[in-house]
Amino acid sequence: MEHGILLSGGSEVDFMIHGVFKYSFFGQDVWITTTHVCVLIVMLILIGFCIAANRCMARAGEVPGGFQNVIELIVEKLDGMVSSSMGPAAPRFANYIGTIFIFILMSNISGLLGLRPPTADYGVTLPLALITFFMIRYNKWKYQKPLTIWKDYCSPLPPWLPIWVPINVISNVAVPISLSLRLFANVLSGTAMMALIYGLLRWFATIWPAALHVYFDLFSGAIQTYVFCMLTMTYISNEIGDGTRR
Amino acid sequence: MDFNQNFILGCSAIGAGLAVIAGIGPGIGQGIAAGHAAAAVGRNPGAQGKVMSTMLLGQAVAETTGLYGLLIAILLLFVKPLT
Repeated sequence: MEHGILLSGGSEVDFMIHGVFKYSFFGQDVWITTTHVCVLIVMLILIGFCIAANRCMARAGEVPGGFQNVIELIVEKLDGMVSSSMGPAAPRFANYIGTIFIFILMSNISGLLGLRPPTADYGVTLPLALITFFMIRYNKWKYQKPLTIWKDYCSPLPPWLPIWVPINVISNVAVPISLSLRLFANVLSGTAMMALIYGLLRWFATIWPAALHVYFDLFSGAIQTYVFCMLTMTYISNEIGDGTRR
Repeated sequence: MDFNQNFILGCSAIGAGLAVIAGIGPGIGQGIAAGHAAAAVGRNPGAQGKVMSTMLLGQAVAETTGLYGLLIAILLLFVKPLT
């Protein structure tokens, strides 16, 4: 393959996104890139895991053992994480937070498999942050009275003096941008470092880069996943207040 | 590639180097946060989990400005928007 999906496959420094093949979509040239392929691989791994988990839980025993233990541990930890920061509203958001947690975590540590992490593409992180943004806005309208929302928009000043509204609107719009850029730049910096090491040191980078993979892929990826989910939960639970419907 | 192109490339490299100086600020900020978190754990070892998660969240938010600098540097070096 000319430019592989594998990060360490080439002989020079190369961590860019490459097109695999292109097709015409309503007169536009649209490329299927390596990011799509990597997302597909991550998705297949997750779907396989989910099917196996479903099969396992269908004939679950009273005393868990082996694979069932692992699944219950994962679900319990995710539920605990959501309920510790969202309180009574946790059960409604646990599914979404758990889903994006597992997806981002798998995407980040897919660098261990030699793939280019899909989250090192801004086209993957921006939709994730936009979902969060629309969830924040929707839940604000669902749980707050319109008068309270107006008061929040004029927040440091009294509600009859709305000169602070543009600043608050900008700070709302900045949420998805900073959320997505944080994840993207962190993963991209790890990817760029690993590509520089593999590309510049050639044969010298044989076994010891594994230690760097542990830091850049595992540690940094897990931290960024946690931060993305924590920030999503914090923003949402800030907006819904005490969680009673209006 | 004529002289102008090479000049722009060289200046882009210098600009990329200057952009990652932005890493100083988050470094100091994260160090302060970690130091205070260590002090908090020393004072109240039972709250280590909560202190850890709060510290990580704050550090990640503080890191964003440094990452913007890194992003500018990577754009200048590899995307070459000016040439």
